[in-house]
Amino acid sequence: MNPQLTNPRADEIDAILKRLPFAQTLGMRCEVLGDEMTAILPFQEKLIGNVAIRALHGGAIASFLELTAMLQVFLVSDMPRPPKPINLTIDYLRQGHAKDLYARAYVLKMGRRMASVRAEAWQENRAEPVTALMAHFLVASD
Amino acid sequence: MNDKPKQQYDIAAIMNENINVMRDVVPWANETRFRVTKVEKGHVFGIQPWEAHLVGDPETGVIHGGVITTFLDNLCGMACTSAMTEMRFVATIDLRIDYMRPAEKGREIIGEAECYHLTRTVCFTRAWAYHETRDKLIATAAGTFAINKARLGGSKK
Repeated sequence: MNPQLTNPRADEIDAILKRLPFAQTLGMRCEVLGDEMTAILPFQEKLIGNVAIRALHGGAIASFLELTAMLQVFLVSDMPRPPKPINLTIDYLRQGHAKDLYARAYVLKMGRRMASVRAEAWQENRAEPVTALMAHFLVASD
Repeated sequence: MNDKPKQQYDIAAIMNENINVMRDVVPWANETRFRVTKVEKGHVFGIQPWEAHLVGDPETGVIHGGVITTFLDNLCGMACTSAMTEMRFVATIDLRIDYMRPAEKGREIIGEAECYHLTRTVCFTRAWAYHETRDKLIATAAGTFAINKARLGGSKK
């Protein structure tokens, strides 16, 4: 791989995930290519919310998407640490099955004080997202 | 179970009797360790303890927002069921969370959810998370839930 193409922030993303206890509890990881990041939530039994229909818990999916959005803001910024969330809206579009979940986030606007981010999670088909998130983060250091 | 369509149930009372079962059957709720403490009709209370494995900021030791989302999502869903006259599953349509201030390290969070309107298909809820009183909020939530047609227990209509 051409070292000039890799994002130096990518290693930091990995380090953040490793020292975040809650990210470890979820078991998520991230793959970074330049400014593009895909988050992966490997399926685990503890992520289930409804045992009868074997669906992932909405709270686990929301947590995963919030972390993905937060890390994407960090990736494309020069912030010393990940941003703090102000608010978020989660749309549960389809049932999350007992399988791996993937997510990508898009920074719609990076302002001086706030960032607007959209994130989507999908399973076998990216065109059929399981859950969508819209979030605002505080990016000002003061 | 003898399910007559017109039969009215005190769902809140049934939920109160099964207060621990409701969490124990949900693996992710067991992982985040919250407890439901009280169920009234359309109103549910719970406690989210501070746990090291839920920390979202290693510098401050504050638990991650996703834990609060999980907690309030669950309480809102239970508030919907408790407001009904027959036992039905609900599914979150959407949920909005506003973070007012970080929760304090090592302290448990009190959560409170209410279902303030109910139609045949949709429930409207709001919820609050705080340490002491609702005057000093950690987060608020507003959620809508779809009421599933099938009754719990699988008996047909």
